[in-house]
Amino acid sequence: MKIHKYDTVIVGAGGAGMRAAIESTKRSRTAVLTKLYPTRSHTGAAQGGMAAALANVEEDNWEWHTFDTVKGGDYLVDQDAAEILAKEAIDAVLDLEKMGLPFNRTPNGTIDQRRFGGHSRNHGEAPVRRACYAADRTGHMILQTLYQNCVKEGVEFFNEFYVLDQLITEVDGVKKSAGVVAYELATGEIHIFQAKAVIYASGGCGKFFRVTSNAHTLTGDGQAAVYRRGLPLEDMEFFQFHPTGIWRMGILLTEGARGEGGILRNKDGERFMEKYAPVMKDLASRDVVSRSIYTEIREGRGCGPEGDHVYLDLTHLPPEQLDAKLPDITEFARTYLGIEPYTDPIPIQPTAHYAMGGIPTNVEGEVLADNTTVVPGLYAAGEVACVSVHGANRLGTNSLLDINVFGRRAGIAAAEYSAKTDFVELPENPETLVVEQIERLRNSTGNERVATLRRELQETMDANVMVFRTEQTIKTAVEKIAELRERYKNVAIQDKGKRFNTDLLEAIELGNLLDLAEVMAVSALARKESRGGHYREDYPNRDDVNFMRHTMAYREVGADGSETVRLDYKPVVQTRYQPMERKY
Amino acid sequence: MATPVLDKADAAGQPEPGFADSPYITVTFRVRRFNPEVSAEATWEDFQLEIDPKERVLDGLHKIKWDLDGTLTFRRSCAHGICGSDAMRINGRNRLACKTLIKDINPEKPITVEPIKGLTVLKDLVVDMEPFFQAYRDVMPFLVTKETNEPTRERLQSVEDRARFDDTTKCILCAACTSSCPVFWNDGQYFGPAAIVNAHRFIFDSRDEAGEQRLEILNDRDGVWRCRTTFNCTDACPRGIEVTKAIQEVKRALITRRY
Repeated sequence: MKIHKYDTVIVGAGGAGMRAAIESTKRSRTAVLTKLYPTRSHTGAAQGGMAAALANVEEDNWEWHTFDTVKGGDYLVDQDAAEILAKEAIDAVLDLEKMGLPFNRTPNGTIDQRRFGGHSRNHGEAPVRRACYAADRTGHMILQTLYQNCVKEGVEFFNEFYVLDQLITEVDGVKKSAGVVAYELATGEIHIFQAKAVIYASGGCGKFFRVTSNAHTLTGDGQAAVYRRGLPLEDMEFFQFHPTGIWRMGILLTEGARGEGGILRNKDGERFMEKYAPVMKDLASRDVVSRSIYTEIREGRGCGPEGDHVYLDLTHLPPEQLDAKLPDITEFARTYLGIEPYTDPIPIQPTAHYAMGGIPTNVEGEVLADNTTVVPGLYAAGEVACVSVHGANRLGTNSLLDINVFGRRAGIAAAEYSAKTDFVELPENPETLVVEQIERLRNSTGNERVATLRRELQETMDANVMVFRTEQTIKTAVEKIAELRERYKNVAIQDKGKRFNTDLLEAIELGNLLDLAEVMAVSALARKESRGGHYREDYPNRDDVNFMRHTMAYREVGADGSETVRLDYKPVVQTRYQPMERKY
Repeated sequence: MATPVLDKADAAGQPEPGFADSPYITVTFRVRRFNPEVSAEATWEDFQLEIDPKERVLDGLHKIKWDLDGTLTFRRSCAHGICGSDAMRINGRNRLACKTLIKDINPEKPITVEPIKGLTVLKDLVVDMEPFFQAYRDVMPFLVTKETNEPTRERLQSVEDRARFDDTTKCILCAACTSSCPVFWNDGQYFGPAAIVNAHRFIFDSRDEAGEQRLEILNDRDGVWRCRTTFNCTDACPRGIEVTKAIQEVKRALITRRY
């Protein structure tokens, strides 16, 4: 076991982690721990753009952007945070350009912008060009640019280090972050990182669904680590299903395709979004479009022999436009479906995409232990966190924005905190929990396989807590997850070695997914209303009287060692905007 | 081995979208195994599996790992050709396992899967990426500007200037190019195609002001002149970057000092 000491430790090297690292490395001795190599992070898979009211191509302002974000989130957004997001968006984009990001340009040489779902002129009048982009590779360019600048700043990375536990020490009755425990993939060695400040930027948890745009590695490790230490998770029932995933595979096809003029069609060739969203049509918010697609499918207007998908039609767009603006997604269609998007529509279905919920933070990225109390020294930013700028449904292009705005804020806040504070003493035997976990898995003689349990988990999540939910389907999921958690105790692995033991880590990741799936299902069961990405067929309306509040889920351990999820609620911050009926 | 049955729709020349009804076929994966915890020798191991021809080689490796042998070790993440984790030698060619469909390689013969060459193998298909990333870091892969006052707004760049270096911005650092290069196999000191591609991305960016420095770095004895234009790198690139052309453009810039 090795012990390291750093002022600031960042967990994760995607967009939020590296944006934080650029700030914190300038101000404090920083280590970035990532379970991959930095450029492998899933920020790189984001395609369409990053929202900012630059007004380079048409009139726009940050107040309109704030409104769209609040409305897009079905009024569950904390409005003070949304205002910061929209205001700081402009500098966030300009900062990236100055770091070298190769944005597409207008004929004047300024950053070009395009339309995206839910982003509108003057509070919903018409779509507005707000998404700054680099073809359909905006996330790739952000990830590369941030990594390039980390190289420039000499950021210290620990690649292929899995953070498996959050260390907390109680000082004078206050729970403070003391550091993290990490597992080195190459050697199997345990490392303790003592740190004054820890920032979680470890991304989402979409792998508990089967049809998902998420990478295999998005297993909610950060959320699970803090949750197991008694800290809450906020709004976990809200998960975004992106309307246009490649049929059955879930690979993302950017909303930018519709921003460029692409149209969704059912088996009759009808542009069905006109019925559901007369103004914004195909560019309504993602929750609305995904429900519309499934409504078409359920009512028998889906495409294909099984009627289980619809089409994304780009055939009316000039091939030059597709080549220039959407080169990657058209290639995905060719590679994975054998379809030529110039001439044939692309079969698509909604795909599990983004966790709106996560580790609750304030606008400085400080993690909350309850509705108001900050955990000194603990920060989170990006998809792992819940500020909450996305509320019940995130707008497209607001996540690349989120990681830059709140990654930067968390990096500065954490480094400034570590500059003025001392190390907190490590708990006694800080490695215990991780060592026990690893030894149990390595020595297990049980008969359950990781892959089997993961498949069953994904199947139940797809079937029961996806776009449409009811009391009954959610209860089915809760029961199934409980069964899987029980069976997980008998899970065994085949690789008993120390070197690059990915068999072991997949088992640990499954444990994280099971914990988070339970939180999601239990939170969803209690929310007896429909709002944003959480749609209850048995409660089809939004209920602001009873549910205009954030869910806060805590892990409770009973005297007999049994674990349950305890739910509490937190008020939503409302400033400018009163909740209105949400129409597109 | 059972005779593979090709998808009916494919046989008729009219590919059906997706893999709804296509029959599974039996294929053999012949995988290069190495685990120094077990043996100092690398060996070949065959696995037979049922797979849909429209699935990816990565799906096949997952079937092995998840259902047959949990010790099989490889890197992967996004599974659709964006993260660059799973470059490997498939039937002797460098490819991404997640971007190679079974039907696009001959499934009648065993499909060989080996680690990429020229980098130390650590376990099975996992190689030491550190020398690769060190070469990348050595070419100053970041924008350098000399102005003392940062502009308030974005720097302007014409559509044409932006297009000049578009091809080399696509690099995902998967190492498929560098580890396909015979010069790199013989001399690990050579910067390799990927590092040069990333130098190109900045040398030809109109906003950058460190082109001369990068050219001097690549003028080194282990630099761009080692390239023998075998085009392996261009063939290997899963992003379709014209790697050899980019290297040639850097060579030309070194001679003309114009870029």
